[in-house]
Amino acid sequence: MIKVKINGQEQTWDGDPDLPLLWYLRDEIGLTGTKFGCGQAFCGACTVMVDKEAVRACITSVNDVVGREVTTIEGLHPTGDHPVQKAWRQMNVPQCGFCQVGQIMQAAALLTENPKPTHDQIRTAMSGNICRCGCYQRIENAVHLASTGV
Amino acid sequence: MNIIANPGKLRGFERHIKVENVSRRSILKGLGITGAFVLAAPVMSRPALAYETGAGKMPHGVVVDPRVFVAIAPDGTVTIVAHRSEMGTGVRTSLPLIVAEEMEADWSRVHVQQAHGDEVKFGNQDTDGSRSTRHYLIPMRQIGASARAMLEAAAAKKWGVPVTEVKATNHEVVHSASGRHIGFGDLAADAAKEPVPSVGSLKLKDPKEFRYLGKGEVGIVDLRDITVGKARYGADVRLPGMKYAVIARPPVTGGKLVSFDGTAAMKISGVEKVMEVKGWPWPSKFQPLGGVAVIARNTGAAIKGRDAVKIVWDDGANAKYDSVAYRAELEEASRKPGLVVRKEGDADAALKSADKVIVGEYYLPHFAHVSMEPPTAVADVKGDKAEIWAPVQSPGGTREDVAKTLGIPEENVTVNVTLLGGGFGRKSKCDFALEAALLSKELGVPVKVQWTREDDVRHDFLHTVSVERIEAGLDKNGKVIAWRHRSVAPSIASTFAAGTVHQAPFELGMGLVDMPFEIANIQCENPEAAAHTRIGWFRSVSNIPRAFAVQSMVAEIAHATNKDQKDMLLELIGSARIVNLSSVKDLWNYGEPYDSYPIDTGRLRRVVELVAEKGNWGRSVPKGRGLGIAAHRSFVSYIATIVEVEVGEKGKLTVHQVDTAIDCGTYVNPERIQSQIEGTAIMGLSLAKYGEITFKNGRVQQGNFGDYQVIRIDEAPVVTNVYIVPPGPDTPPSGVGEPGLPPFAPALINAIFAATGKRIRTMPIGKQLEA
Repeated sequence: MIKVKINGQEQTWDGDPDLPLLWYLRDEIGLTGTKFGCGQAFCGACTVMVDKEAVRACITSVNDVVGREVTTIEGLHPTGDHPVQKAWRQMNVPQCGFCQVGQIMQAAALLTENPKPTHDQIRTAMSGNICRCGCYQRIENAVHLASTGV
Repeated sequence: MNIIANPGKLRGFERHIKVENVSRRSILKGLGITGAFVLAAPVMSRPALAYETGAGKMPHGVVVDPRVFVAIAPDGTVTIVAHRSEMGTGVRTSLPLIVAEEMEADWSRVHVQQAHGDEVKFGNQDTDGSRSTRHYLIPMRQIGASARAMLEAAAAKKWGVPVTEVKATNHEVVHSASGRHIGFGDLAADAAKEPVPSVGSLKLKDPKEFRYLGKGEVGIVDLRDITVGKARYGADVRLPGMKYAVIARPPVTGGKLVSFDGTAAMKISGVEKVMEVKGWPWPSKFQPLGGVAVIARNTGAAIKGRDAVKIVWDDGANAKYDSVAYRAELEEASRKPGLVVRKEGDADAALKSADKVIVGEYYLPHFAHVSMEPPTAVADVKGDKAEIWAPVQSPGGTREDVAKTLGIPEENVTVNVTLLGGGFGRKSKCDFALEAALLSKELGVPVKVQWTREDDVRHDFLHTVSVERIEAGLDKNGKVIAWRHRSVAPSIASTFAAGTVHQAPFELGMGLVDMPFEIANIQCENPEAAAHTRIGWFRSVSNIPRAFAVQSMVAEIAHATNKDQKDMLLELIGSARIVNLSSVKDLWNYGEPYDSYPIDTGRLRRVVELVAEKGNWGRSVPKGRGLGIAAHRSFVSYIATIVEVEVGEKGKLTVHQVDTAIDCGTYVNPERIQSQIEGTAIMGLSLAKYGEITFKNGRVQQGNFGDYQVIRIDEAPVVTNVYIVPPGPDTPPSGVGEPGLPPFAPALINAIFAATGKRIRTMPIGKQLEA
């Protein structure tokens, strides 16, 4: 029996400890905000925060997060009004929207670490998150907006 | 040989072959069941709406009935049905917004409800071909106007005043003479009893009074849900008792299962069953490929289980498909005469007598769609009833195919449409939903099928692979007097009919036979090419290779004659005119009547001139940079793009600026047009830089974003500017979702030539600039 803490809540898991965190979140405890895009950490759709650091849930096992705090999009902000979320809405970033949760979690982690990133720093930090619709120009501008006050 | 006659943008051939009958029968049935006012096709007799579209010819046509699309609750909440699928274009917002505009609903009090798959009730639901706004602008306005007229009639009756004295405005009806007003909610019950007005009697709003249309001030309805993780995509559907399935499919198209051993897989924690999935012989349309399914308590266990299954496959007839050898075959075919599909003048003779002939042979490989959400579906089959939840572009087609596959009546199938995490044409094919249906039927519990990214890349309905060979003959003054274009590519029709070797009219009509240049001698040919994998629609379809070849050739001619690219482009387009294509048999015009949507070179010239002006064409750029331009008409819209690129050390590309002008006629939401154009620049750059799926021994050699790369934010264009041509009062709406893509790659390639003098004729660019 493994105990993990997701969005401040204790959860237990008695299955395969090597199960990728992504599938534990989505299939076992129903937190479907975190998305599956590639399964190999190429695309960032499954980005969550572990102790305030952005990680890819598809290559992180449940066992890896024992004793650490996992934050998913559902726990990012109580009313969904984190500055990054607000900036995303203000800039009309999404098209299909599927990758945006991962983008938002990555951006939130970036701003925690570096509250005033330059455009180059934004592009570098966000380069692990793929958007096939091509919302990059707006993503860059939204992260910038979030960093300067929404 | 198998040339399909006028299949339109086909979802299934059989569907279109019987479409006339199906539509008529269905509409009669619709009348019988609902007693509602159902219309087969929009009536456009009023001068202000003097255009027809191909909407009525789509399977099940158009339904104009406010009682199908609009509901008003006593609290005033207006529910408007979105019957097309949302994959990122904004259509789930735009179409209901049109209804709200016409009925004078306050958008903040509108709730959008997604329609399930039911084309008898809602009309055609195929969300593809960039046609949602084009086909539904007028029907949605009519639906809104009907609802408004019914509300006004109810209010007039209530007050005992002539209906001409009342007016719906911002969610209430007002009688200004007496100062009375009443909210939509309070009128809902009475309005529902009013007869639905005839379409001919409807008075549409004067566009000057529009509050929403054309403004771009309304965000997409799912914006908040997307940012908080509540937006529900196909994979987010969870049902009690649901099992998770991952499937191993034959690695070669047309291959089949010989045997499997699931012993090791069954030992993996969470795996519950290993079983065969039925496959269909190739070409199998949208039917499943078959294989071995691993059923588990979660997706992770199913994936791990699948890796452990030992499988023996029979590779079948396509086991030797090899992209290197196939390219050589296509090139050889392109150098010999092929089926003539357009002929004006005598191109052969003119090429022989030309002072100079410029030859360009362009190669474009297969592309995979790789929408961010890999294919996935949930099915719950119980007895002779099936319920599906899936991200499908064709809810009606999915319903038909599920019914056929399970052998149950279509009425017993419910298809719930989730949001689509990208589509790009992949999700027009519902094989993944059929897999879920088959497994649920056999297991007797709800089943979710999840494709991994590797499944998606290796078992896609790929964009075709093509060689486009153009020969341009110039006279001694440098004027182009002859044009011969041979296009060789396996057809999408091959996915439906064995033995297909020629492209269908709908493919020939995408940039080959509709080439708009004013040249005296033109010949377009389509030599034979057989398919060895599943070919399908990919955003913009055949326009991608055609625009690439034609617009590259324009710049090649400009270079050979020492002219400016933009000037050469305008010279070839020639005078402002309606192009006469009477020489083309079975001309396909994106399913639209040519009278409403002709090829108007005046509009094509205008986007070129507009982008040249706004994008400051001809500006001087620093050393190592270049400007390129390209223009193309597709999905009956006109687009021109300028790219400024820098080619750095080891061929490193930096796209500093993209400028695009689009003329898409009357439009609904310019903000979403802008986002589509921004997106097509990114997708265009992805395809140009990296896009290539290759085969060896019949197997796809790529599998994930590591070896099938797409553009990331750090290599995206720094800025994309979009200029929208203001529509004339009667300009019909045209496409937006796809037209931005085709001109991007040639504009980029022409810019690279301007920067380096290197002409790239093989896509993708890959390492060609490194040397």
